[in-house]
Amino acid sequence: MHAVEAENVWKYFGDYPALRGASLQVNKGACLALLGRNGAGKTTLLRILANLSRPGKGEVRLLGLASHTPEARRRIGYLGHGIGVYDDLSAVENLILFGQLLNLDNPRETALNALERVGLSRVKDGLAREFSRGMRQRLAVARAFLHDPELLILDEPFTSLDDRAVAVLQKLLQDAQSRGATIIMSTHQIREAMELATDVALLERGKVAFAGPQTVVMLADPGWLYRNHGAPE
Amino acid sequence: MRAGFAAAFAIARKDLQTELRTRESLTASLSFSLVILVLFSFAFDLGREELYAISGGLLWLVYSFAGALIVNRSFARELPNDCLDVLVSSPAPGWAIFLGKTVAAFFLLLIVELVSLPFFGLFYNISWWQSPGTLLLVIFLATWGIAVVGVAFSAVTVNIRLRELMLPVLLYPMLIPLLLGAIGTTTALFTRDPEALKSMGSSIQLMIVFNLIYTSLSLYIVEFILIV
Repeated sequence: MHAVEAENVWKYFGDYPALRGASLQVNKGACLALLGRNGAGKTTLLRILANLSRPGKGEVRLLGLASHTPEARRRIGYLGHGIGVYDDLSAVENLILFGQLLNLDNPRETALNALERVGLSRVKDGLAREFSRGMRQRLAVARAFLHDPELLILDEPFTSLDDRAVAVLQKLLQDAQSRGATIIMSTHQIREAMELATDVALLERGKVAFAGPQTVVMLADPGWLYRNHGAPE
Repeated sequence: MRAGFAAAFAIARKDLQTELRTRESLTASLSFSLVILVLFSFAFDLGREELYAISGGLLWLVYSFAGALIVNRSFARELPNDCLDVLVSSPAPGWAIFLGKTVAAFFLLLIVELVSLPFFGLFYNISWWQSPGTLLLVIFLATWGIAVVGVAFSAVTVNIRLRELMLPVLLYPMLIPLLLGAIGTTTALFTRDPEALKSMGSSIQLMIVFNLIYTSLSLYIVEFILIV
């Protein structure tokens, strides 16, 4: 069974088709790097997968379930462009809230463990608004990984992270891979993505132009995929 | 279902907690209602009977204006850091998000109303405490109605640039039946007019029906509003 099945997905913003029949399958346990130029439709596709947007046409199934069901949503972790934490709540209050929304058995204990993993235990009672940018990003990472999700949907997760946050995120992604979680991440940082990715998909003007396993050629030459499968500039 | 109610409770608590910490809309709404009460007390030079005759209308006009300031923040509070995305992508169903936000708005609005009520009595010399139980029931019913419709339109307008302007334009026409019921009942309670007191039952029924219709409709459609 595929962890993600997107079939002929269309999405219009007004008259503009952001996605034009994009189809994608991701195997369980895979780490897919979703590549594409600005405006190719990466964020739109990821938002549809995360149930933040409805496709105009097409079908999306996550872990064998329709993507809009609470069961499917309980099993995904999403990290978008915004950090998704409340400035006026403390770090631990933020994570307890998300633990309650995820219906976890012991939200407080889970929150404290998550803060430990991202190195924010010492400031657990500090308000998020008082944190530095890097600390806020680590809190966002802790939020997305709080419930050890089976499917991680990450939209440009490495963009504007500081060194420590990058290290934390890479460690959490490796841990997630080793426990068999499926990861989809869009990125412009091809080199970093290729190191983690088992599979690669290239979006071009709302369509999947290439999808397949990551190869040595891609690792050695990050531009290869665009030259061979991308549309001319 | 149980998980949904737990999520609604968590969201309501979060909204109340953050509002009581920042006092963004609470301070604005409370100051606004007190300023309007003071301004109206200067603007109208009315006799005692005339004052009692318009008392219900005056009070609910102030409460509904103050309410718009509270409900306007309801979903707008989720915009910084894209918190709305996290709420919507969580397993909490749309109705639970809506219910949590409505409960929080209800309590915040209730605080504003209960604090400004004694000032209303003071500025206009109105004996508002004659039927406290029935007055409280009317305040509860009308406040719930304002909160439900207001939060629903807060969700509709959350991604609109001019949402502060759009929300009142959409909100007040919808509230007309509810406010008519609340104004009629409140005026009857203040004036103690036997004829008006007799028709109070139908006004309360109107408010109950309004609340039932708008609450169930909003709980049903909110997921379609939030995920576009």
